[in-house]
Amino acid sequence: MREMPDTNSLLVLEDVYKAYGAKVVLDNIDLIVNGGELCTVVGPSGCGKSTLLRLVLGQETPTLGRILINHKAVGYPCPDRGVVYQRYSLFPHLSVIQNVVLGKRLSAGIFERISRRQEFLDEAMYFLEKVRLAEHVDKYPHELSGGMQQRVALAQSLIMKPGILLMDEPFGALDPGTREEMQVFLLELWEEFGMTIFFVTHDLEEAVFLGTRILVLSQFYSDDRGDACAQRGARIVADYPLARRASSTVVKEQAEFGELIQKIRHEGFDPGFRQHVRLFNLVHDDSFQTLTEEEHNME
Amino acid sequence: MMRKSPFLLGIHAEPPRLLRPVLGILPIVVLVAAYLVVSHVRLQENPRDKLTPSVSQMVSAVKMMAFTRDNRTGTYLMWADTLSSLRRIAIGLGSAALVGLFLGLHMGMLPGMGVTLLPAMTFLSTVPPLAILPVLFIIFGVGELGKVMLIFIGGLFVITRDIYYATRRIPREQIVKALTLGASQFELIFQVVLPQIMPRLLVVVRLSLGAAWLFLIASEAIASTDGLGYRIFLVRRYLSMDIIIPYVLWITLLGFLMDSALRFIVNRRYPWYAAAQ
Repeated sequence: MREMPDTNSLLVLEDVYKAYGAKVVLDNIDLIVNGGELCTVVGPSGCGKSTLLRLVLGQETPTLGRILINHKAVGYPCPDRGVVYQRYSLFPHLSVIQNVVLGKRLSAGIFERISRRQEFLDEAMYFLEKVRLAEHVDKYPHELSGGMQQRVALAQSLIMKPGILLMDEPFGALDPGTREEMQVFLLELWEEFGMTIFFVTHDLEEAVFLGTRILVLSQFYSDDRGDACAQRGARIVADYPLARRASSTVVKEQAEFGELIQKIRHEGFDPGFRQHVRLFNLVHDDSFQTLTEEEHNME
Repeated sequence: MMRKSPFLLGIHAEPPRLLRPVLGILPIVVLVAAYLVVSHVRLQENPRDKLTPSVSQMVSAVKMMAFTRDNRTGTYLMWADTLSSLRRIAIGLGSAALVGLFLGLHMGMLPGMGVTLLPAMTFLSTVPPLAILPVLFIIFGVGELGKVMLIFIGGLFVITRDIYYATRRIPREQIVKALTLGASQFELIFQVVLPQIMPRLLVVVRLSLGAAWLFLIASEAIASTDGLGYRIFLVRRYLSMDIIIPYVLWITLLGFLMDSALRFIVNRRYPWYAAAQ
């Protein structure tokens, strides 16, 4: 754990607060994510995981604090950051190939759009082959299964080569079998394209299985601001590096895997267990924490 | 033991598949039959009765109106009437659709425009268009413009509000997604949102057709020299039910055809829209 970040990293959040009116959702979030990481975020429902993702995306602005991507303050959503949602990632009025090629077209000028038309289509085909949907290019999203739709959404984001890909419960609506398939599949793509992924999920097993790093976001903690049981905004209460595993679901059965899940469940999901801010398990090399004086006047 | 559902009565009824179209056509057959009987009886009593003309009387009236050149104007009246009426509807409702689409789309996508115009639109859409018909006639004259304006205004605010809400219903995620794919504000509105709104526009135009016909007939009845509405109100003076009934049937058929055509286009051109409903 370090005190101050060097801001040379891909994504930096420093002293980020988010409040809706009087309700504080995120409370003093400090975070650095480096390139190439598959960073998963878990936490109990309503802890503000999706809010955190929307802040990074630029869909919302933090009440306080700053968010940097490649040393630049985050603005409105733009092609720097790709996104895959649980639903609505695809445009219903476009066929699969049109959905994938859309980003190239929108980013190009009118003349380029015409002159490089075939080149764009070829590139879209390349990514559709990568997600194994080459036979379905002319179908519309409503004709595809949930898993196939999410694979199109992945291709649609990949073609833009975003610096960081944000995923908000992307497999949350899939049945367990498809879900596991998609997890393995995502790992393959992540490896092949050297992507940086910020992956929000409420499924602990999924988070531990996928991540190279897991962040636990929770509102169940304590600090020295008085009335220990008051409803606080969520913070990162734990931050572990995860060993790179072979992309096989066999690891899910290993004891070590289960133990870590149990530990995180206790730390982040148990309202009765409130660890003090100074005792958080911020184990990952990149984690840092800036506490305000009120939060730790223990000395 | 097999459960047996009743044929017709009660909430558990399962009308047999073959019987359904027969049942559906039954009320219409009954109505027509009742009319024919009444007409026959009345004409037996008084051959000069005008209220319930026989089928042959209506056929010869249609022959006169549609297939005989009118001495005074030199046109086939029924076709001339149909053309002028359809033109008024097409211009009035068509321009309402265009302007409504433009306004609603921008109000939905540009919050500044939305908060500025929505209250006014809500207020204006509650004004009964027929109540301001005299105002329209005073401002735009009793010629074509006055009638077209009534249809235009009668459709505009309803269409604008509907398109506004349809635009707002597009998930926020889609907008953000398009921005992450590099869409400019202009591209977002016209290449991502507009194509998704088009089928809804056709649907709301379809739903506005009924009102448009109402406004058309009303304005033609009050001040016009041709048109389907003008004709039925004109011949009413002579109690010419033999002309009025075929005209009403014809108007109904036209409305039905327009409705079916729009529905066909939506299903054909926008299969994804039908699937999403």
